[in-house]
Amino acid sequence: MADVTTTMQRPSPAHASGPKPRRAFSRRNIMIYSILFVLAVYYLLPFYVMLMTSLKGLTEIRTGNIFAPPVEITFEPWAKAWSTVCTGLNCDGLSRGFWNSVKITVPSVFFSITVASVNGYALSMWRFKGANVFFTILIIGAFIPYQVMIYPIVVLLREMGLYGNLGGLVLVHTIFGMPILTLLFRNYFSSVPEELFKAARVDGARFWTIYFKIMLPMALPIFVVAVILQTTAIWNDFLFGVIYTRPENYPMTVQLNNIVNSVTGVKEYNVNMAATLLSGVVPLTIYFLSGKLFVRGIAAGAVKG
Amino acid sequence: MQPSVSIQNLKLDFGSVSVLRDLNLDIGQGEFLVLLGSSGCGKSTLLNCIAGLLEPTEGAIHINGQNVTWAEPSDRGIGMVFQSYALYPQMTVEGNLTFGLKNAKMPKEEIKRRVARAAEVLQIEPLLKRKPAALSGGQRQRVAIGRALVRDVDVFLFDEPLSNLDAKLRADLRVEIKRLHQRLRNTMIYVTHDQVEAMTLADRIAIMKGGVVMQLDAPGVIYNKPANKYVADFIGSPSMNFFATTLDSTREPKVRIAGKDVYLTGYEFTRPGISGDVWFGIRPEHIVTGELADMAPAQFEVAAELAEPMGAETLIWSTLDGAPLRFRVDGQMTVSPGDMIRIGFDPARASIFDTVEELRI
Repeated sequence: MADVTTTMQRPSPAHASGPKPRRAFSRRNIMIYSILFVLAVYYLLPFYVMLMTSLKGLTEIRTGNIFAPPVEITFEPWAKAWSTVCTGLNCDGLSRGFWNSVKITVPSVFFSITVASVNGYALSMWRFKGANVFFTILIIGAFIPYQVMIYPIVVLLREMGLYGNLGGLVLVHTIFGMPILTLLFRNYFSSVPEELFKAARVDGARFWTIYFKIMLPMALPIFVVAVILQTTAIWNDFLFGVIYTRPENYPMTVQLNNIVNSVTGVKEYNVNMAATLLSGVVPLTIYFLSGKLFVRGIAAGAVKG
Repeated sequence: MQPSVSIQNLKLDFGSVSVLRDLNLDIGQGEFLVLLGSSGCGKSTLLNCIAGLLEPTEGAIHINGQNVTWAEPSDRGIGMVFQSYALYPQMTVEGNLTFGLKNAKMPKEEIKRRVARAAEVLQIEPLLKRKPAALSGGQRQRVAIGRALVRDVDVFLFDEPLSNLDAKLRADLRVEIKRLHQRLRNTMIYVTHDQVEAMTLADRIAIMKGGVVMQLDAPGVIYNKPANKYVADFIGSPSMNFFATTLDSTREPKVRIAGKDVYLTGYEFTRPGISGDVWFGIRPEHIVTGELADMAPAQFEVAAELAEPMGAETLIWSTLDGAPLRFRVDGQMTVSPGDMIRIGFDPARASIFDTVEELRI
């Protein structure tokens, strides 16, 4: 009995003071770090293979191991992927697709976020009659599969004279971003104390004054989240790009597919890898630059529903 | 003289829930009115209606003779102070003070003059360039009051302004608000659930329950002559002791408590001549012990069950006539559970209510 009590309580040593010392190599730490390491390798390995392959010559690829680093580093495939590889009739490389994607993504992100932030603000602060019905309809929109709407939208765009234009695609992206972005902004603005809104009304501010002077400056984190979500989603979009534009307006993703899947001639693995990495540069850069803000914004938006 | 704020037949329903029911209230010029009640009684809702932040279902609100029922909050001549301060976080203190004035397109010199005056009154001059995040709770609330002050309005609305502050700061700011009212002489409507704030600040207190004003009177009247049992129970801490008993008004009015006749000599009846079942209420602070008890008209012997020492005084819990009894004794006196204590009180200071509508007799 006496033994049990001593092991249960385990008193501090006589000289104990200050914070309790922790061992770096405890069983718990070894477990956590080894799992994290395995997961990191799992996700980074494909990236490593792509990077290495893109820096090798074709002969080296055929003869060597895919994990081996290049013996002779060459940037030839990168240059080719960017400016001279052929897709269909155009032989000016991925650069055309890159600029098309920029022309699609920038206005789509701008318009969808502008409209959605006002939507979210109005829905959470100015509870107008039918606000909940309106919001429900908008959210249901997020659950309807895109495939159902593809053909009706083709007809709609044709009737509006926007089919095949970049403008048409921008419109489609803006509309399809609306449900999830509105939800994001509405939840964020719902977490802003209502008394702040009331105080602004007593101070004589109306709809737009409150939006621009009070709400907008407070909503920076959620704007960052929205920009990241929309930029990656629209940049990575393939389906809408291939359906609603003509070949000269194809975004980068569609062009990449056309390069990688071309069946004529020799498969240039190094060029394909370089092209794929080039397409991923924009979303990757955005994540790396704004990772911290992104997490903070997601957490802030998730607090209240 | 026309009332500063006049509320006529005000009704507000949230769906099927009725929050305010046919409420009438006149508030005089320069009056300090406190709306007091437990949470959910409709006091904040009423204040929001006056401010124009909630639309009433029925009824009208007049401020200084103008019908403002449908007017925007900023056009009503009111300033409001909120519980959470509601300062605009991205603006400096100065920005917070001037936001409303800029919205009203006021000339720059006038804005400057008003901010300077408000800052001087509230002693926040050194804080003008700071952001709200760099202020303490008390300073924030001062800035919030300043925001109402610069608007130069006739009516100030306070929505539990001190509830987020710690006890000491609350007491300090309470005095400051009272001083401010004495200096400015504006009409002030103040919502609180703290009866100390209500008693100390108010010219008149409106005690609300379930969207209805139970009693509207000066603090002294509410304390000494509560209109019904709810008010009697709500005001005073610890709350009033109640005994279920019978009132006999056939000859000299008397009640029976613990087998003794207690004659109600000196009690001012609101409705004389009633007999029957009643609630007899006496405040803990009106119960005396020791030598004073020997001189009191009604005397009892009770056993102490529990003592709560509070420093200046000790609160004793006991039982009399089957009902719990609380009273205070001097803080220097040591009381152990089971001690017999001689108590006494003057029935003239009691409150008697009927058992049906629980209104004062």
